[in-house]
Amino acid sequence: MYDVTIIGCGVVGASLAYTLSQYDLKVLVLERENDIAMGTTKANSAIVHAGYDPEPGTLIAELNVRGSAMMEDLCRSLDVKYKRIGSFVLAFDEESRRHLDKLYDNGVKNGVPDMRILTGDEARAMDPNLSQEACAALYAPSAAIIDPWGLCIAQAEVAVRNGVTVKLRSQVTGLETRGDGLLLHTTSGDYETRYAVNCAGGWGHEICALTGESEWEAKPSRGEYYLLDKSSGDLVKHVIFQCPTAAGKGVLVAPTVHGNLIVGPSADPAESPYSRETTLAGLDAVAAASRKSVNGIDLRQSIRNFAGVRAITSDPDFIIRPAKACARLLHVAGIKSPGLSAAPAIAEYARDRLADMGVALHKKAEWDGARTQVRFKELSQAEKAELIARNPRYGRVICRCETITEGEIVAAIHSPIPPCSIDGVKRRAGAGMGRCQGGFCGPRVLDILTRELGQSPLDILQDGDGTTLLIGETKGGAKA
Amino acid sequence: MTNIICITCPKGCHLSVDEQNGYAVTGNACPRGAEYGKNELLHPVRVVTSTVRIEGALLPRLPVKTDRPLPKEKMFDCMALLDGITAQSPVSVGQVLAANILGTDVNIVAAKTM
Amino acid sequence: MKYDLVIIGGGPAGLSAANAAWEDGCRSICIVERDRELGGILNQCIHNGFGLHYFKEELTGPEYAGRFIEMLRTTGVDVRLDAMVLEITEEKNVHIVSSAGGYEILEADAVVLAMGCRERTRGAIAIPGTRPAGVFTAGTAQRYLNMEGYMVGRRVVILGSGDIGLIMARRMTLEGAKVLACVEVMPYSGGLTRNIVQCLNDFDIPLYLSHTITDIQGKDRVERVVVAEVGPDRRPIPGTEMTFDCDTVLLSVGLIPENELSRSAGIQIDARTNGPVVYENMETSLPGVFACGNVLHVHDLVDFVTAEAARAGKSAAAYAAGKKLDAAQVLDIHNGNLVGYTVPQHVHMDAPFNAVDVFFRVRAVCGESRIVVTDEAGAQIASFRRERMAPGEMENIKLPRVLLEKAQGAVTVSIEEGAK
Repeated sequence: MYDVTIIGCGVVGASLAYTLSQYDLKVLVLERENDIAMGTTKANSAIVHAGYDPEPGTLIAELNVRGSAMMEDLCRSLDVKYKRIGSFVLAFDEESRRHLDKLYDNGVKNGVPDMRILTGDEARAMDPNLSQEACAALYAPSAAIIDPWGLCIAQAEVAVRNGVTVKLRSQVTGLETRGDGLLLHTTSGDYETRYAVNCAGGWGHEICALTGESEWEAKPSRGEYYLLDKSSGDLVKHVIFQCPTAAGKGVLVAPTVHGNLIVGPSADPAESPYSRETTLAGLDAVAAASRKSVNGIDLRQSIRNFAGVRAITSDPDFIIRPAKACARLLHVAGIKSPGLSAAPAIAEYARDRLADMGVALHKKAEWDGARTQVRFKELSQAEKAELIARNPRYGRVICRCETITEGEIVAAIHSPIPPCSIDGVKRRAGAGMGRCQGGFCGPRVLDILTRELGQSPLDILQDGDGTTLLIGETKGGAKA
Repeated sequence: MTNIICITCPKGCHLSVDEQNGYAVTGNACPRGAEYGKNELLHPVRVVTSTVRIEGALLPRLPVKTDRPLPKEKMFDCMALLDGITAQSPVSVGQVLAANILGTDVNIVAAKTM
Repeated sequence: MKYDLVIIGGGPAGLSAANAAWEDGCRSICIVERDRELGGILNQCIHNGFGLHYFKEELTGPEYAGRFIEMLRTTGVDVRLDAMVLEITEEKNVHIVSSAGGYEILEADAVVLAMGCRERTRGAIAIPGTRPAGVFTAGTAQRYLNMEGYMVGRRVVILGSGDIGLIMARRMTLEGAKVLACVEVMPYSGGLTRNIVQCLNDFDIPLYLSHTITDIQGKDRVERVVVAEVGPDRRPIPGTEMTFDCDTVLLSVGLIPENELSRSAGIQIDARTNGPVVYENMETSLPGVFACGNVLHVHDLVDFVTAEAARAGKSAAAYAAGKKLDAAQVLDIHNGNLVGYTVPQHVHMDAPFNAVDVFFRVRAVCGESRIVVTDEAGAQIASFRRERMAPGEMENIKLPRVLLEKAQGAVTVSIEEGAK
């Protein structure tokens, strides 16, 4: 019998697992996919929002600002890439100029620190490639860029190291109240737990439905992005937004912590959290909108396009409350943007609601929250030499675009939540993230996965289950 | 008259072959084109390049080729035959791995020293 | 560690440069190769057609590479395999890492850049649709198939009619896959005509010119693609869509010279070629650093890479021996009508050459036409007749010194279409 079972291991589930791992609790995390960070967590703007967007007084506003304030220390202790670079919201006319005042007021009420409204010229002095059309800008120095899946994986790893169990390929298909707990039916078997938390992201309404009651309507929204080569990574120095519209925060242009430039997202209704296709119309819309903000965006420098699906619901706020039809299930649902920014605060808020529901919280006597990751390319020459001398695998560069070594890839494969796919290695070690998109290193990563996992190359996946890469051997070999 | 493109070299000459006149070829830039044009209509041939299994080498496949062109219609029979060959390292480039295949005077030879 | 010459890359360009430099008396040479063997991309190009110019016979890729590797064995050139160059400094210090050698700095008098190129990817051309497994660049699929011995799919659509795509159409077919179509956005093929014949026509694989893939479908693995005709603006024409049920998409949509190291060394890059700007001796804007092969501009035939790299190797050997050229007396070569670029872009007029080989590609298919070289005064200094030229094939003209010396200012290479 587990004390708390977290359903879903995106950044919200992982943050909660990390938080609860600090207490004397038996915690289980159930994830439907073959890896963690597989939903919105791996496909979003990778921004920590300052917190001037949400309506004052909402849970979103409170948790956004608090999460944003927690993020820098958290990322430092977890060795997750994070850079506080500040953001601009640009205004192009009198109407949007007035909107900046509204955002500024929101920000003040929400407790966003150090905001300023700048003239277009002042903004361009700080970020020279901003469009001449921009007549004013709201500057929020507390906004940041982050590695979103890195934050998820790092927190989940620390949770596992501190006793939390993570079960992959475990989609919850049924939920029964049994005496003083719940019985969860999943695709990997049944689990008994005293309490459960619905952190299922875009699938949250389906978990809710298992209680026999529908509490909100899912309104998933697809956002398409361009990711540009590192040669474009310094085109802007801040996160550049436009004034938000009803459809969302609009198209942003920002550097990423990995050195690329991200441009997007669009906003279109999606069928499900799996509706992650890009479209000609969506990418065209992103291209056109981005050019309004920033000069010199060269989409020929694109190295990847992708789409993420926002977990928008009929409730404008985050839904963090016990389920109506199941007192032992806590919903942490409808976590749309700025869910990533708010995640650490959401976790603490959810922890307190669990306490309200009867979970006894006693801090563990010993808890190790520190985590470090070797990043070969960031080391000094002497450190590189020393590392290779200690482990020659760090002398073998596998991903030439990102300078990722075999040592880093092997470390990722033997990390607390081992990846089973080439993209799983990519999310942990960074191999394949560069301009050739794994064209060169893919076969080599596959080789290393095969060796380290003791599997056939035919069983190595590109990403999720079913993403078979090789279909058989040539020359009359296996499966061909 | 049949118009074909010569594949003998990367130049890709546009050949005209006159079946009524002893398969005389025009449009060729070299004598190999004349031969190709005639052969292509009478009995087309192709060099087959592929791989066979190899044991004891850095990689599991050894590149091979037919040492001369094979009748075009025998290409897939040749591929099937390669399925049954497993080379043992060391192999030298040019080494014959299967001689006089499919009743022809064509051999399968290694295309790499492995 | 000090060397007279460090060559970055052990593919066809690096091998030829090393052999040529050795032949010219350079006795302190090191090739740095990131793979476990020499030969570069030729190791996976197991088809034939290599060497007709250089060896006057038709070889497969591994055979062609093998001959140069054999030649290299007779020299005293050092080879570092499984070693990656992290950085080249302006002082020509080459920083490398390897499991065997750790972190090393090779101090070079001269450097030859021979890093080759990489393939354009799906992301670069923004093909809409889902992101399932089964979308490969043709070269990656070629490596799996020819070197590792794995099939990447059963039912295949190929986007792009570059040579690697065409070659892979035949390879996949021979290995038992069904290639449903080859789709090319341009109105002409990007590959050699012979490859259309022997790789597509031989196997009844349709080639759709002026078409592109407008949608990739399938959640986990590719399930189908939508192909549509494109207009002159290369945008899809609504109503022309065709659907192909397939599990694999191979992309042969262009190659990009791999110049991250060159950029980090501050070497001037030509936006037209994506490779370094070079002089007639293959020297880049950084004196003593030379470039050749696909890192300089994407070639169609390896034979031309070999010849170009030999020039680079000889020039690097001369530089290392102290024969440095003066960048003051320079003639510029510009590209004019229908000419996409030229290599070289500059000529040292004090260099000891008899003629300069100028390479370029045309921007569109040209019928009977003339390649015309003019100077700034408008005078024609040379003219060459061609029956046909296509962007898929590299063109080459020889400009003798006597003609270049006559030129007033820079010369421009352009195409005049039409007979005469």
